[in-house]
Amino acid sequence: MTKERKMTLTIPKEELMSPGHLACQGCGASLAMRLALKALGQRTVVCIPACCWAVIDGPFPHSSLDIPIYHCAFETAASSASGVKAGLEMVGDTETTVLAWAGDGGTFDIGLQALSGAAERNEDIIYACYDNEAYMNTGIQRSSATPLGAWTTTTPVKHYKKHPKKDIIGIMAAHRIPYVATASVAYPEDMVKKFKKAKEIKGTRFIHIFAPCPAGWKSRPEDTIKLARLAVQTGYFPLYEVEYGEKWTLNLKIKERKPIAEYLKLQGRFRHLKDDEIAMIQKEVDANWERLLKRCEQ
Amino acid sequence: MSKKKEAKKIVFNSEKEMPIVAMSIGSMLYNKTGAWRNIKPVIDLSKCIKCGICWKFCPDASIDIIDDWPQINYDYCKGCGICAEECPQKCIVMVEEEK
Ligand SMILES: Cc1ncc(C[n+]2csc(CCOP(=O)(O)OP(=O)(O)O)c2C)c(N)n1
Ligand code: SF4
Ligand code: SF4
Ligand SMILES: [Mg+2]
Repeated sequence: MTKERKMTLTIPKEELMSPGHLACQGCGASLAMRLALKALGQRTVVCIPACCWAVIDGPFPHSSLDIPIYHCAFETAASSASGVKAGLEMVGDTETTVLAWAGDGGTFDIGLQALSGAAERNEDIIYACYDNEAYMNTGIQRSSATPLGAWTTTTPVKHYKKHPKKDIIGIMAAHRIPYVATASVAYPEDMVKKFKKAKEIKGTRFIHIFAPCPAGWKSRPEDTIKLARLAVQTGYFPLYEVEYGEKWTLNLKIKERKPIAEYLKLQGRFRHLKDDEIAMIQKEVDANWERLLKRCEQ
Repeated sequence: MSKKKEAKKIVFNSEKEMPIVAMSIGSMLYNKTGAWRNIKPVIDLSKCIKCGICWKFCPDASIDIIDDWPQINYDYCKGCGICAEECPQKCIVMVEEEK
């Protein structure tokens, strides 16, 4: 036993999310919140629209977060956060971080106009989207974040999703807001670093978090971290950031990308795919990767 | 701000006991999610190198650091198996839960 040795802590020890919450076993979204709040600290208010997290937190009058939460309507995460920020400023509070925390459906689809509006006004908020690649809370319906080839209840096996995932980072970068970044629950140090960096910047900051969902992806709960890591290592979900829409930086360089099949085969939602379909997805991943590398070189 | 909230479920007996707005006044600690578990993680500390990886990845914040050692909080651990999967020393094993 290494008795004398100290426990290695690579992220802050403070816990603002308590156990007892209602997330499924191995839920990536719950780990995402735990990590984000470690970076942002207690002086944070979070606006949560309809999504799994609206349930995970717990029923009134209980909460698993040790910070104030404003539960808002599905499409209003960005506008609600803008309003909370304006209210705080009116009472002279310029310190508190205002966080909008929404799912992919609430961000890529129904909340997109509110988000675009807030970004255009450069509202002083952090908008985090935890992406589990479908409307999970209501029973696994496809969203525009659902990847090409995936099964969902509205894209059944015979009619699996035929369209690629929407490029939300490209959309947000085009607003030329101060900070846009991707993060993954498999890379907690990188994620904590990005939330800390975002906290120090004024204006609209957008963080896109990859959050595996065992129930919706038909994956084993113990594989959540492995899947998130493979998503990065295959180049399917690269870790990068964009400042003012201009400066693109790849945060984790990958010398040899793993084949996407390694990632797909661990998930029941891709079980129906045949070799030529997997090759089609590989092509899509390769093209996105090359495009990103070009942008980061400039 | 509340530091350590009580692990107690709040029940209102009349509307007079309710807060005037829908605000949270208790934590979810009353909800002992350990009951969800079919398999449970057991750590063999003799092999542990104190890397903190299990603690870092637990989605349920159910691994505490006690006297500089990882300790599973069985009141809440849901038995997802992430800690066992990610431990580089393979010193966490998932064993059948006895009911
Ligand atoms: C205006 C409106 N339409 C539909 C719903 C029903 N609804 C609640 S949560 C949800 C899905 C949310 O999906 P996402 O944003 O991806 O979050 P997740 O559940 O996956 O965490 C839907 C459709 C609603 N609450 N409000
Ligand atoms: S099995 Fe899952 S919930 Fe239990 S301690 Fe390990 S990571 Fe946490
Ligand atoms: S991951 Fe394994 S070696 Fe590392 S602290 Fe946890 S039990 Fe010990
Ligand atoms: Mg979703």
